[in-house]
Amino acid sequence: MRLHIHKAIEKLNARILEMGAMVEENLKAAVVAYESFDVDEARILIKKDKHINEMEIDIEEDCLKILALYQPVAIDLRRIVSVLKINNELERINDFVVNLAERVIALSHFGQVKIEFDLAGMAEKAQVMLAKSLDSFIRLDTKTARQVLILDDEVDDMHKEVYKIVETQIQKNPEKIEILIQFPSISRYLERIADLACNIAEDVIYLADGDIVRHRSFDEI
Amino acid sequence: MTTQETSVISVKDLDFYYGEAQALFGIDLEIPKNKVTAFIGPSGCGKSTFLRCLNRMNDLVGDTTVEGKILLDGVTDVNDKDLDPIRLRRRIGMIFQKSNPFPKSIYENVVYGLRIAGVKDKKVLDEIVESSLKRAALWDEVKDRLNATALGLSGGQMQRLCIARAIAVKPEILLMDEPCSALDPKSTAHIEDLIADLRGEYSIIIVTHNMQQASRVSDYTAFFFEGKLVEFGHTDHLFTKPTEKQTEDYITGRFG
Repeated sequence: MRLHIHKAIEKLNARILEMGAMVEENLKAAVVAYESFDVDEARILIKKDKHINEMEIDIEEDCLKILALYQPVAIDLRRIVSVLKINNELERINDFVVNLAERVIALSHFGQVKIEFDLAGMAEKAQVMLAKSLDSFIRLDTKTARQVLILDDEVDDMHKEVYKIVETQIQKNPEKIEILIQFPSISRYLERIADLACNIAEDVIYLADGDIVRHRSFDEI
Repeated sequence: MTTQETSVISVKDLDFYYGEAQALFGIDLEIPKNKVTAFIGPSGCGKSTFLRCLNRMNDLVGDTTVEGKILLDGVTDVNDKDLDPIRLRRRIGMIFQKSNPFPKSIYENVVYGLRIAGVKDKKVLDEIVESSLKRAALWDEVKDRLNATALGLSGGQMQRLCIARAIAVKPEILLMDEPCSALDPKSTAHIEDLIADLRGEYSIIIVTHNMQQASRVSDYTAFFFEGKLVEFGHTDHLFTKPTEKQTEDYITGRFG
């Protein structure tokens, strides 16, 4: 038997997945724009944020309607709560994508500069985390969700490393400080995107098992 | 049930048969004292049959068999042949789906059980009428017409009168068999408020088809399916994270 609530939830699921796919695409495009100094692409990405913001509001309204009209319980209730949170996290990830695009534009004023660190590699890790977190949501797969949480430590370490590298470079070339300070910002955005991917993974664990695992050490999860 | 709570009714390995047909299978349940426990499940799952076992209402149906034990306060065997069911029902009152006031005055409805028990003192009866009607949140609406017929009350008022009549004999337990299914949303809200108000003083067991009602009013919920108790636990837990797949499927409307 398929009830109205289940049709509404299926529709909601499709919309959050569509939003997830878009944010994932945007993140990929931002990394490519950084790699290829593509200012035009960066400007397109900044414009695309409006659409993501509108989607976020629509999805939130859908969630509220389902809560008010159908009073979901158990797995249905957990799904609505998870979608509400994932929706918010995806919107914030896209805000960081916009911040990345803005750094690409800022860097373009200084010519084609890079640092001795594989920021693209770090970006790829963040992308994998986002992809896996969304994948775990689709398949309700807590094993994949837990893998995302493990990857977060690697991204955190990379972020710290960028700081150290930039600090040394500034000491060596103080005249380049204006350019160099752009890089810790970039790595900070990537590190925040990875954190938000972890939040999504934690939402999936709650959805599947009903356990709230936030603010616990990994061993406890 | 948490370890701090005591149980008012202990059910051990209860089987129940209508003739040859088994309706309940090995029910084990500890019903917490002075809490609200809801029984939910699809039609024919045995929840009303089980409720009626608790105060031997099934005695009124011919050719039934009970096996297993139901203990009141851990001592009184409900099915003891020497136990007078009338006395048992004074301890375990019951409210039915369709309110059933007697064709008498409001006053006489409330004191009915007391008169049967031989209470004659007018002052005592007056006091109990007032306190019971107040307890049932009906006093303000009927205090000026206590001698009017109970049949002139609205459906919601009649149901509250039945609750007043039940609590007038000072029972320990109140069984409610779908007490709101014939009421409009406002009267339903009134009864639900009343249940919340009576909690702590009485152990209340409510059978309901309305799952939102079960989740609103009860501290504990028991889910029955095909004559078996599938899951029993804290209501907030059962409605957010049920342990059994069958419970989840039922409360989310995936079957039943």
